[in-house]
Amino acid sequence: MNSTASSLAEATASDAALRRFLHGLPGVDQVGAEQRAAALGTRSIKTTAKAFAIDLAIRMVDLTTLEGSDTPGKVRTLAAKAMRPDPTDATCPPTAAVCVYPDMVATAKKALKGSGVNVAAVATAFPSGRAALDIKLADTTDAVEAGADEIDMVIDRGAFLAGRYLDVYEEIVAVREASKKAHLKVIFETGELQTYDNVRRASWLAMMAGAHFIKTSTGKVQPAATLPVTLIMLEAVRDFRELTGQQVGVKPAGGIRHSKDAIKYLVMVNEIAGEDWLDPHWFRFGASTLLNDLLMQRSKLKTGAYSGPDYVTLD
Amino acid sequence: MTMAKKSTAFEYAPAPESRSIVDIKPSYGLFIDGEFVDGRGKSFKTISPSTEEVLAEIAEGDAADVDLAVKAARRAYTRVWSKMSGAERGKYLFRIARIIQERAREFAVLESIDNGKPIKETRDVDVPTVAAHFFYYAGWADKLGYAGYGEDPQPLGVAGQVIPWNFPLLMLAWKIAPALACGNTVVLKPAETTPLTALLFAEVCQQADLPPGVVNILTGAGETGRAIVSHPDVNKVAFTGSTDVGRAIAKAVAGSDKRVTLELGGKAANIVYDDAPVDQAVEGIVNGIFFNQGHVCCAGSRLLVQESIAEEVLAKLKRRMKTLRVGDPLDKNTDIGAINSAEQLAKIRELSEIGEAEGAERWAPKCDLPSTGFWFPPTIFTGVSQAHRIAREEIFGPVLSVLTFRTPKEAVEKANNTPFGLSAGIWTEKGSLILWTASQLRAGVVWSNTFNRFDPASPFGGYKESGYGREGGRHGLEAYLR
Repeated sequence: MNSTASSLAEATASDAALRRFLHGLPGVDQVGAEQRAAALGTRSIKTTAKAFAIDLAIRMVDLTTLEGSDTPGKVRTLAAKAMRPDPTDATCPPTAAVCVYPDMVATAKKALKGSGVNVAAVATAFPSGRAALDIKLADTTDAVEAGADEIDMVIDRGAFLAGRYLDVYEEIVAVREASKKAHLKVIFETGELQTYDNVRRASWLAMMAGAHFIKTSTGKVQPAATLPVTLIMLEAVRDFRELTGQQVGVKPAGGIRHSKDAIKYLVMVNEIAGEDWLDPHWFRFGASTLLNDLLMQRSKLKTGAYSGPDYVTLD
Repeated sequence: MTMAKKSTAFEYAPAPESRSIVDIKPSYGLFIDGEFVDGRGKSFKTISPSTEEVLAEIAEGDAADVDLAVKAARRAYTRVWSKMSGAERGKYLFRIARIIQERAREFAVLESIDNGKPIKETRDVDVPTVAAHFFYYAGWADKLGYAGYGEDPQPLGVAGQVIPWNFPLLMLAWKIAPALACGNTVVLKPAETTPLTALLFAEVCQQADLPPGVVNILTGAGETGRAIVSHPDVNKVAFTGSTDVGRAIAKAVAGSDKRVTLELGGKAANIVYDDAPVDQAVEGIVNGIFFNQGHVCCAGSRLLVQESIAEEVLAKLKRRMKTLRVGDPLDKNTDIGAINSAEQLAKIRELSEIGEAEGAERWAPKCDLPSTGFWFPPTIFTGVSQAHRIAREEIFGPVLSVLTFRTPKEAVEKANNTPFGLSAGIWTEKGSLILWTASQLRAGVVWSNTFNRFDPASPFGGYKESGYGREGGRHGLEAYLR
């Protein structure tokens, strides 16, 4: 990668130029990337380091409900949980955000008022992204007008896999504009992109288009977030900042259910992207069940005893 | 969005593996004919290289001890082991493999204490590979007629084996497993600085009810080793270690009918082409030279990087090196442990100073080294040329010499321009370039897009001054059959 920031601008001048740039990125050796991710997973995080990691992970959670059966009541419950994950312990930090469909933004916003917990909305015909651009933009505007602080959009994987990179790029640019002040997270659905080379290309594509965050998955497709995919994305944001000075966040989403897994991700953030990313502003977990496991581990560390699932709230 | 203040650093708390699983005795004798016997006089101390603490007093086998051990091995060979069916021998080897797995943590902790290497490596690499090696050769024991060395290949007799300190238990497995599978008996000398896991292995032989005399472990230094390889009733000599000692052994056995395999030094080239998967290549460079403190005969100690991406690769390498954790070998998060001995540390320091004096640029990340024990930070030298001693001599430490090249032809010329030829690495996304480069390299093992990967099914050995013969795989049987 011998490019300079100015050549980044040239890279998006045409479909051919963008293709040349993305295919000119260094390849990813699958075996090597998976080995590296597995090796980082063997770090032993104990005592004070574990307490630090668990609190940080709680602060990084985008507490999520994305079901057809979501109701205002369900969203309010989730909002209460996000603000006060452990009602018995005032020292327990709140989560970063609550993540809902656009029609639930107003309800969530109202419930979270003044708490500092953000509302993130999935938009752009989530999760498949199979809709016309104006519909995606209307979806985004709807969420923004309802007060969403963050927009989680999906890329057009069909266009990406067909090699129409500029279409994907322009769509991200348009959604970023429609997002106004809201921070834009760009979801790749890496389970559909499948190869690590594709993940690296999508990462650069989204960062060049102005994404504030790059995000692995919708949670609706398996596999969702994995450690190696997140490794590739962390390398990308690290290299992008080196080149442009701009820092972009990373959000693995889906399939992260246990504190142990969350800690592995944080070790990876620490050792791949660096400690600048160890902050909810730059790293998030898209998760629902993870939070309760973090709370159980947190109380185990404090009290020395496991409390069991009856002692954390089910939402 | 709330702009939270940057969090404080993620400091990993100490995560020490407990020592309580190992029981180190104050003193150890020699393992001859299935029993531990006292040495005849002299002894030496083995210390922990990370703390310089004396671990145990070890008997030093003399010529008479060697004679006893060889006689025991000969008796076991003629009366029991060579007559036993391959299937029966295999059962013993399978049993040994299983016991090693069962006692894996004990072996891992003991190896880490005695050698100085990180518990992460003994736990995840050394000990599992040892068990795998015994399992692999156990499987061959009753199939030797199908190995391609004749219908009914025969064992050689008594094998005298001398192994180094860098992978004490693994090198023992590489020597003992194929020898026993083929029906030979052994007299093995572990390295002077790392005898403890070999002595624990002797206990495993007892636990497995291995017939007495099939495996004999004689601790000692150079003199003991010399007595083993020059003993007239030894039929086969297998040595892993320095090229100098290997040369002396070759001389000592010249003119006798002893069969010899030697696995000696190396100065491997790790070639990174401009179309390499850069992030994985950086991992491969780190793994190639900093794995096991660089105490690896096949270490990728010469980085040959294409000039057009040298700057990028070096920047990424330096950043990666800053995350390496040097310190207590028993801490589960330690990446680089202690240098094995004061003597080796002095050698590494000397060659590094020569590198600087020759004009190469030295760089190491800032790291706090413990005040006791033997330590050397992960170090790279840039601006190295073929004429520098650090590009030619084996340093056997965590020290990388970086050279550049312009074309594949130049890469191959530089890679081959060494008296050694043990291993090499190739990094490129282009399959045809991998195959072409591999076909040009004069090295026994060529890794592509990976480095320092070992498998019992894969043969290992060198060209030129890196030795002769192959260990591992079907090829490894040849050294123990006639």
